[in-house]
Amino acid sequence: MKLSLGPVLFYWDKEHLGRFYSDMAGLPLDVIYLGETVCSKRRAFSLDQWLGLGRELQSCSSAQIVLSSLTLIEAASELSSLRRLCDNGEVLVEANDMGAVQLLIERKLPFVGGPALNLYNGHALAQLLDAGMQRWVPPVECSQSLIADVLEQVRELGRPLPEVEIFAYGHLPLAYSARCFTARAENRPKDDCQFCCINYPDGMALTSQEGQPLFTLNGIQTMSADVTNLLADYPGLVACGADLLRLSPRAEGMVGVVQAFDQVRQGAMPPLCVDGCNGYWHGQAGMLRVEEVGLC
Amino acid sequence: MQLVCPAGNLPALKAAVRQGADAVYVGFRDDTNARHFAGLNMDDKQFDAAVAHIRQHQRKLYVAVNTYPQPKIWSRWQRAVDRAADHGVDALIAGDPGVLGYAAAHHPQMALHLSVQGSATHAAALKFYVERYGIRRAVLPRVLSLAQVKQVAASSVVPIEVFGFGSLCIMAEGRCHLSSYITGESPNLCGVCSPAKAVRWSDDADGLSARLSEVLIDRYTPEEPAGYPTLCKGRFLVGGKRFHALEEPTSLDTLDLLPELSAIGVEAVKIEGRQRSPAYVEQVTRVWRAALDAHRSAPANFVVKDQWRQVLAGLSEGSQTTLGAYHRAWQ
Repeated sequence: MKLSLGPVLFYWDKEHLGRFYSDMAGLPLDVIYLGETVCSKRRAFSLDQWLGLGRELQSCSSAQIVLSSLTLIEAASELSSLRRLCDNGEVLVEANDMGAVQLLIERKLPFVGGPALNLYNGHALAQLLDAGMQRWVPPVECSQSLIADVLEQVRELGRPLPEVEIFAYGHLPLAYSARCFTARAENRPKDDCQFCCINYPDGMALTSQEGQPLFTLNGIQTMSADVTNLLADYPGLVACGADLLRLSPRAEGMVGVVQAFDQVRQGAMPPLCVDGCNGYWHGQAGMLRVEEVGLC
Repeated sequence: MQLVCPAGNLPALKAAVRQGADAVYVGFRDDTNARHFAGLNMDDKQFDAAVAHIRQHQRKLYVAVNTYPQPKIWSRWQRAVDRAADHGVDALIAGDPGVLGYAAAHHPQMALHLSVQGSATHAAALKFYVERYGIRRAVLPRVLSLAQVKQVAASSVVPIEVFGFGSLCIMAEGRCHLSSYITGESPNLCGVCSPAKAVRWSDDADGLSARLSEVLIDRYTPEEPAGYPTLCKGRFLVGGKRFHALEEPTSLDTLDLLPELSAIGVEAVKIEGRQRSPAYVEQVTRVWRAALDAHRSAPANFVVKDQWRQVLAGLSEGSQTTLGAYHRAWQ
């Protein structure tokens, strides 16, 4: 089982990103995804700087570097940036919308199909495998049995299986909008957002009126309030054919998270129970936690 | 511009035709479409009658098979595509690459429209669907500003359809898992958002509570109008403040943008609402038909009549309308 570090979904400044990746460089990660996937206004790093960081990481670790594309492309300038990203000439790209898929097909480049592509069955997967997809990150709402069924259908259709990467840790990216919810919460227009999401390195918490944590606001992205954590589900991850587990960066504690997953893949017993939700993995509401889906 | 109206049943379809819809879109009575609600959509008999009625009045019939099939139930989507093709419908509306691929390979004579659930927001994404499946039209998600719609229409290799009126999805369609996160059922996989079976109302000491899978979506004082607890339109707490953190209960209304949409070259305007009553479809279609006709006959003199506004406002969620993402300030 390989471990991957997902792209940073929050807006962190240059220093924060620098510190974070220097912490990650020494860890047993097999793949590191870089790049901005949420908002094109966030410019801590330019494309060249992401590529520079990738080169630096490659010099001190054996991890494969992948550049992730912006998920919701709206402006012409964003489409131009997407073209430049696909033309980077160095590293594999994770396509997070069908436009990125198209540009990569045109360039005859292999690609990773990111979690924001709607690929829920073998027929859809086969279409993209034929077009050069090497690795599939299923939508976060997919269950273990759905993923196993999709792979079985891919086999029946006579296609070689892609690598399968499961979103195994972190706040789940659930939705994308034209509206910036962080700016809205601060009563600012999106066009004058003052980059306010940089003040929330772990997003803004949204709860019900009864105080129940529901979502995390992260600019135009809405995430789960709870962190998903599939460490206790490790045997099921192996059984369904996962090749990689994606750990999605949080502002604190990521070193411990990578180490915990690494120990389990090296043979340590997975914990019976962990903090965090895993309802989706068990085919239930995503917000449900291990004890509610009957694991503990 | 073509007027494309919704019908969740035969009376709604007849109402749309009566009031001048150019095309009506429907779904089959199962989870193959994104309005999989109890009692809604068409069984075999109703679908046959719908086809006959549309033919008789020389309009167009589109069928939405626009959810994402899972492997174990794939054959249901395949059958839905076959059924639409066998009836010679004027277009199939789909978003799943598997469904589009199947339809293009087995029914090349049937026009394909990319569903809004396909979430294609720019020319490169549209090109993917044109080159691989030969789609003849694409419905744009409700996330683009007017300037962005203009840009997409100008650079697109395929004609564009946009939403004109109805419930407002504030998230990019096809890219929202909020409903399954709370209830286990999502638009992509189940054709529902905030499903009715998960709703529970209770009269509490603090007011009327609307819950979804026991999660409090909103609470109303006796003076406040209570709306359906669509989870993105509830009042929540962020930073200690209670407000509509995602969106208010409101409907999209773009009558004011009609001249611009026409100038941009938008091919069709879509009315949302297959879950709505025949009376709703009748009234919305009547207003939009009148507006489109007024614009066509005298584009330079087009003004939105107060009476049209009143009718539409009365049919809107929370009795208010918005230009949504078309208007940059909304974002």
